[in-house]
Amino acid sequence: MDEYTLKIEHLSSGFFTERGYVPAVDDVSLTIGKGQVVGVVGESGCGKSMIARSVMGLLKYPGRITGGSIALAGRELTGLTDRQLQPIRGRDMAMIFQEPMTSLNPVVPVGRQMREALLLHEDMSRAAAREEVIRMLSHVGISEPEKRYNAYPHELSGGLRQRVMIAMAMICKPKLLIADEPTTALDVTIEAQILRLIRDLSRETGMSVLLISHNLGVIAQMCDKVYVMYAGRIVEQADALTLFDRCAHPYTRGLMDSVIRLDASPRRLPAIGGVVPNLLRLPAGCAFAPRCPHAGEKCRAERPELDQIGPGHWCRCFEGRRS
Amino acid sequence: MAEQILLEARGLVKEFPAKGRRKVHAVSDVDLTIRAGETLALVGESGCGKSTLGRTLIGLIPPTAGTVTFQGVDLTALSQRELAPYRRQMQLIFQDPYASLDPRMTVRDIVAEPLVTYGVCPDRAATTQRVRELLDAVGIPEEFLYRYPHQFSGGQRQRIGIARAIALRPRLIVCDEPVSALDVSVQSQILNLLKDLQERFALTYLFISHDLSVVRFMADRVAVMFLGRLCEIGGGADVYAHPLHPYTRFLLEAIPRADPRLRDDSRAILQGEIPSPIDPPAGCRFHTRCPYATDRCRTETPALRPLEDRLVACHRAEEL
Amino acid sequence: MALFRKKTDVISADLASQIGESEGLGVQLRRMARKNKLAVASAVFLALLILAAVFVPLLSPYDAVNGDASIRLQAPTAAHWLGTDEMGRDVLTRLLYGARISLAVGVVPTLISMVIGVALGVVAGYAGGKTDYIIMRLADVMLAFPSLLLAMVIMYTLGDGVMNIFLALALVGWASVARVARSETISLKETEYVQAARSIGVSPGRIILRHILPNCLPALIVLFTLNIPSAILSESSLSFLGVGVKLPNSSWGLMVNMGRQFLYNAPWISLAPSAAIMLVVLSCNFLGDGLRDALDPHLNNE
Repeated sequence: MDEYTLKIEHLSSGFFTERGYVPAVDDVSLTIGKGQVVGVVGESGCGKSMIARSVMGLLKYPGRITGGSIALAGRELTGLTDRQLQPIRGRDMAMIFQEPMTSLNPVVPVGRQMREALLLHEDMSRAAAREEVIRMLSHVGISEPEKRYNAYPHELSGGLRQRVMIAMAMICKPKLLIADEPTTALDVTIEAQILRLIRDLSRETGMSVLLISHNLGVIAQMCDKVYVMYAGRIVEQADALTLFDRCAHPYTRGLMDSVIRLDASPRRLPAIGGVVPNLLRLPAGCAFAPRCPHAGEKCRAERPELDQIGPGHWCRCFEGRRS
Repeated sequence: MAEQILLEARGLVKEFPAKGRRKVHAVSDVDLTIRAGETLALVGESGCGKSTLGRTLIGLIPPTAGTVTFQGVDLTALSQRELAPYRRQMQLIFQDPYASLDPRMTVRDIVAEPLVTYGVCPDRAATTQRVRELLDAVGIPEEFLYRYPHQFSGGQRQRIGIARAIALRPRLIVCDEPVSALDVSVQSQILNLLKDLQERFALTYLFISHDLSVVRFMADRVAVMFLGRLCEIGGGADVYAHPLHPYTRFLLEAIPRADPRLRDDSRAILQGEIPSPIDPPAGCRFHTRCPYATDRCRTETPALRPLEDRLVACHRAEEL
Repeated sequence: MALFRKKTDVISADLASQIGESEGLGVQLRRMARKNKLAVASAVFLALLILAAVFVPLLSPYDAVNGDASIRLQAPTAAHWLGTDEMGRDVLTRLLYGARISLAVGVVPTLISMVIGVALGVVAGYAGGKTDYIIMRLADVMLAFPSLLLAMVIMYTLGDGVMNIFLALALVGWASVARVARSETISLKETEYVQAARSIGVSPGRIILRHILPNCLPALIVLFTLNIPSAILSESSLSFLGVGVKLPNSSWGLMVNMGRQFLYNAPWISLAPSAAIMLVVLSCNFLGDGLRDALDPHLNNE
């Protein structure tokens, strides 16, 4: 038995478009231990959702995994056919999305959808499955679960829908939950409820969580370990405390500075200048060099490697090693 | 800053018909003033009616009851035709930079649209020149003049939307969630731009947002809204440092802080869902979620009253 | 009320704009040409057919009306590629003359019904309320009536003739167009860019011309290409029932029906126009699909 729930090594995946190959994920290695909550943070298009989809085997055409390995509790997932992945999805790993409405069937009551999911993976009677679904619904904090069992998705509020999605993901007690921007569409008071729910469930059941978010606040509140991504690559990784205390990569620094403080009112906000690079025409050197205030000749010419700069702290920057 | 009142709403109500002769109470009895040159932020969760209020204030949606006075003129008493010269002075910036620009128009035509509508420039060449200046003001290079919206990133599109909003040199701009669809780093650029333009063109902003951090940076004054009613209005720094209404307090508490040391699972979080604006709760609309609610809160609607340095609508504001 | 947009949309659009480059209509069409060979082949076929129909007097040595009785019901030969009919006329020549009427019947009434339908549908959708109610109930009445019967009634009232076929088919066709135009308009009316135009104070007429119509275009083009074949088929039915094109003129529908009695001995007489109808219908559909993809700005960066 592997010590990691999820072990990704040198994963590359991307889109084959008419204009060429778009390297959405480039040589990403990532590990999640049992019961750990691991965050991937970055801006849109940085490839963080592509990692999630690669793990779940949900890449859509023209996307494809082009290299590396993904091991779930020691079992290799790359190279499996969709048919072989089917029993693993849902039972061993499950995913929740930003907008729960799009992943629920609008014409089937939510309880029945959950029961179907359960019956797909477990050998039990329909009545027992129904009991289990109702138990799960109340477990994720849904009041009157018997009544909600027969509710259609559109009859539920955004927060309740996300709870239903979590209940559905949890019903087969997966080893890994992938949460892709689970609270981005929710209001702040509901967000707090959902985040706490995910944390509590992880603690109770020892389930590992891969949390994908653009929000550093959510990452700081939830994660044990954090990976920062930029233009398809990991630029920094560290445990949460280290990262938020002494981040080394200029991009991470820029992201941290962009977080608005509630206790001060500056006249201007620090911003990262420029735009995210075109993945089809990445610069020769460091992908962040064109936007980086510290970039030198070497940064523009050579690609930096991900180097260890402290215990469990890795950074992809020529300058970062010194800081 | 002169304390001159630019826009004033009194007893503003907006109801929409819902299924079975019921009504959606989007905005209920709102009194609000916007002072010239300030940024007033309207904060609240989705469905609280803040967008409807913003659009009603600038005459885009006719109110069910109440008045809106702009520079001393009652807009609600005017016909659509009489409204035109005032509408020029009030513009809107939208949330979604991907949906608010017509995909079949070039940047030039999009930004020129308000100029053409009001015949601001004598001819086509003058209009184009004016568009160039506007794009320059928002940081879009002029070689992009004849490109289409889909060729721009989200931040650039929002800049184009801003150029369109300032084209007529309005007094008031309603910014409806202008950065909530953007990435963090781009968000900062746009917020800085809005502040720069405010200074340069003496603009007044009504800044609508659900993001309390963004509001903290932008707002001079903050109005907190819950389910169609205002809960608290006060100076930005004051409200954040010392919220008086329980809802404001929970809202501020719920923001996920970007500091793992501030992780606190015992922290009280607001339970329950937001009630429906169809048949909202009687009395204080917040009472179903409020841990401090008493019988009085369940029956009697609290009025927005002055307390300390601001306005609060809570029966128990003093004791809490 | 605030509507929170899905961030995923933004992400994919963002990715798209990242790899996007400036391009004009020419580039778009050229890309369609490269990507969608079927659409190009269809366009070429339709163009050649139109040219042949126009220049058939120069291309064909045969007379379309008076045949040579000595060569009746001949199977295809080197001299008569598609054989001859029961009066000894060259089928290919008649087919190309027939194309004039059949193609015109496909295009002209469809165009007229598009104009009427789009105008009424857009106004109904944009204005809403009573205007919408009246226009759409009128459309419902039109749709509830069997269209062929309606066309026949109109033809009986107006009398025979190609012009009257145009009119009859146009009057029958506008209602379905109005429905599509109305539903497109209603969804476009709710988009933020139309809201933005309204907030600026742009007049309704200008909003319709500048924002609604151009954005309806993809749906309307598809509808147009789908309606052409149905108009061609309706004309055949009318001709068969004796209220359409009259001899000695020819249309494909008429040819199919005239050839019916010789189906066993000389199948080419009706098979040739049947195949022509099928090819034109397919070509229209392929071309419509290709155009829709090429004209949709959101698909351009795939």
